[in-house]
Amino acid sequence: MREPKIIVVGGGLAGLMATIRVAEAGVPVELFSIVPVKRSHSVCAQGGINAAKNTKGEGDSTAQHFDDTVYGGDFLANQPPVKAMCEAAPGIIDLLDRMGVMFNRTAEGLLDYRRFGGTLYHRTAFAGATTGQQILYALDEQVRRFEAEGQVRKYEGWTFLSAVIDGAGVSRGICAMDLKTMEVRTFPADAAIFCTGGIGAIFGRSTNSVVCTGSAQSALFQQGVDYANGEFIQVHPTAIPGEDKLRLMSESARGEGGRIWVPKRPGDPRPPLEIPPEERFYLLEEWYPKYGNLVPRDIATRAIHRAIFEMKLGIGGEPAVYLDLTEIPREVLDRKLEGILEIYEKFLGVDPHQQPMKVFPGMHYTMGGIWVDNANQATNVPGIYAAGECEYQYHGANRLGANSLVSCIFGGMVAGPAAVRYARELQKGCESVDSSVFEGERKRQEEINGALLLQDGSESPIALWKEMGAWMTEHVTVTRYNKDLERADAKLQELLERYRRINLSDRAKWSNQTLNFARELYNMLILARVIALGALARNESRGAHYKPEFPERDDKNWLKTTRAHWEDGCIRLSYEPVDTSLIPPRARRYGAAS
Amino acid sequence: MAEKKTVLVRVKRQTGPKERPYWEEFELTWRPHMNVIICLRDIAERPVTRDGKGTAPVVYESNCLEEVCGSCAMLVNGKARMACSALVDQLSQPIRLEPMSKFPVVRDLAVDRSVMFENLKRMRAWVPIDGTYNLGGGPRMSPDLQQKAYPLARCITCGACLEVCPQVNENNSFVGAAIISQVRLFNMHPTGAMHARERLEAIMGPGGVADCANAQNCVKICPKQIPLTESIAEVNRQAIKQGLLGWLIG
Repeated sequence: MREPKIIVVGGGLAGLMATIRVAEAGVPVELFSIVPVKRSHSVCAQGGINAAKNTKGEGDSTAQHFDDTVYGGDFLANQPPVKAMCEAAPGIIDLLDRMGVMFNRTAEGLLDYRRFGGTLYHRTAFAGATTGQQILYALDEQVRRFEAEGQVRKYEGWTFLSAVIDGAGVSRGICAMDLKTMEVRTFPADAAIFCTGGIGAIFGRSTNSVVCTGSAQSALFQQGVDYANGEFIQVHPTAIPGEDKLRLMSESARGEGGRIWVPKRPGDPRPPLEIPPEERFYLLEEWYPKYGNLVPRDIATRAIHRAIFEMKLGIGGEPAVYLDLTEIPREVLDRKLEGILEIYEKFLGVDPHQQPMKVFPGMHYTMGGIWVDNANQATNVPGIYAAGECEYQYHGANRLGANSLVSCIFGGMVAGPAAVRYARELQKGCESVDSSVFEGERKRQEEINGALLLQDGSESPIALWKEMGAWMTEHVTVTRYNKDLERADAKLQELLERYRRINLSDRAKWSNQTLNFARELYNMLILARVIALGALARNESRGAHYKPEFPERDDKNWLKTTRAHWEDGCIRLSYEPVDTSLIPPRARRYGAAS
Repeated sequence: MAEKKTVLVRVKRQTGPKERPYWEEFELTWRPHMNVIICLRDIAERPVTRDGKGTAPVVYESNCLEEVCGSCAMLVNGKARMACSALVDQLSQPIRLEPMSKFPVVRDLAVDRSVMFENLKRMRAWVPIDGTYNLGGGPRMSPDLQQKAYPLARCITCGACLEVCPQVNENNSFVGAAIISQVRLFNMHPTGAMHARERLEAIMGPGGVADCANAQNCVKICPKQIPLTESIAEVNRQAIKQGLLGWLIG
């Protein structure tokens, strides 16, 4: 029997888990990552990972986790895969525990669990406030073990450029670029699993890491891989604004008792601790008595926007609210939240043990992503699989906190074996494909580089990127109006036009980050259009997608998945029904006070 | 009218691993909450030196920008630290940016730290598991042990501890404090401890724990305040014990 060849692109949680599963099946893996995998964006996940272990005698169950996730996602997710994920979650926690993740413990030596948004149960396992980092490291270590055994070969410092697709429309490998030598090379593979993460850079500033551009997803989209529900973008309610990035302040801060408030008097100039409790407006607790500070993120974010922009209650007239941890004992803060308190203190020079933090919502996550089938994480192009944030299937219209880590790991666990099965069943492997197919793709990519390096225009890639980010953040995040979405798309088209005149200030053929960024920028602009057009078309409000002109969820017309397809250089949207066979859709109110 | 506040930044540049380094100076517009990353982005947006000469954007590594990924370590005013958490208002000017000196330069401020990952491989820095299939939970662990191990597990492999260690030099293959501390971490875990011997054998070999000369610079520079000297002492103890045991059993 021939030995299958599998490639994994992306070394965050999903990519590492997929790698482990393929290697464990005895199949060699080539793992590609822009950064050393240990530096992937998964390190930024703070608060925890969900699994209904019911260790606190609350009667939690995987069925309840499933219901919370579907309700939290406003019924847009196909339900069977969500159910499978929630049922797998307790086993995933056990596995991570066996790998040595330093989860916080109870007195009895068991894993501790805390509250998170969108649920009434203690369901979130955590390792301080750096859970993503701890889980990423555990998976990184397992992959390193396979690497030492010769089962995994890493290509760190390489970026994905395109898939190699043969005349029959089957993917036969990838084309990638070494970011040090700038060498462009093709790598044959029977199947490639894409775990390329988030798209924050499309919004300029976000809570995402620098590499989260969505460039790989967009490149695949332009090669015929469909993209689903792009318009669903999560804006996290509590981030610290910064010019280079919006630094996340984990939902776990509220899970441990942190409270959101603003002074009742607009523009109140007093320092926070001098404002007595009766002169503070605890907006989430008043508006949502049942869930309080732990309503889902889309709801918390809109509430904060309402307090700041409609009621003019931002702190001192500025766009910010307090996230107050000062009532929580120091010992609890240090044991459970140290990682994020340290970030606040280092970057703002204020100690959150003593002073309420100032926060504002920031772009955080994409629920939408590469379209995959429900059972196998397979895209519509044979040989291409996707898992993790880059695909669309687990979170519907809004993701619950601490569900991302579990969806990444579960997706990787499914994608790895599915890709192996596919590769083993192939009649003709990638080695039988004519070399001209690979050579043609390599040439096409080298020509793009060559043209960019020679180009002599007046536009700066960074300036174009900033403009895109500003427009996307202003018009395609929390509150959306059709008129503005149309203008945003027109702007994106204008930027694509101006892109033809960009000028690279670095023409070196060695470690040229400017060239790589210019390539990513083009892909970001295309994906930005997919997001804006999806938002423009969807005339309803659902989860994170909110249009004041269409304030209600409209199941009759819009309980359907948006599916974007690239056709002759144009973006075409079509729709497919959502599988709601397990939990009938119901109104989503989170016990709002009327 | 008040004069516009500016930030002076001097960058040590190098176009490739074998090229000669040179300095360039940039004058940037000051804004509140600026960090070194924002300075480097300003230069990239308008790559013109202070004396008006066009140049290329500065090449550097970065990713999370919140000091948890370990990418953007460099020398800022001579001190190894993460560029993202180096705030302009806390730095004396001109701000000097240089690549770390203990790793090969790739270009400008980007260096090749792959030796650290290779050493983690050599030291078998992992908890071996039988497989990813469902085998129930991991071993129970006291909260005390978790609280002791967790800080070690927060190492971001930035390389600052190697940069300041006099034992890390061209004549020595010393693995450095970060790697030794990882050996301690995995030897601490109940399952990891079952395989402590193979890790200790590796760390007793060339470039291992015996090469530490106790300068104690590592623990002072660590951006995550990891008790590195404690880790070195502990691994040393374990190694001596194992060495003695090996000698006794013969």
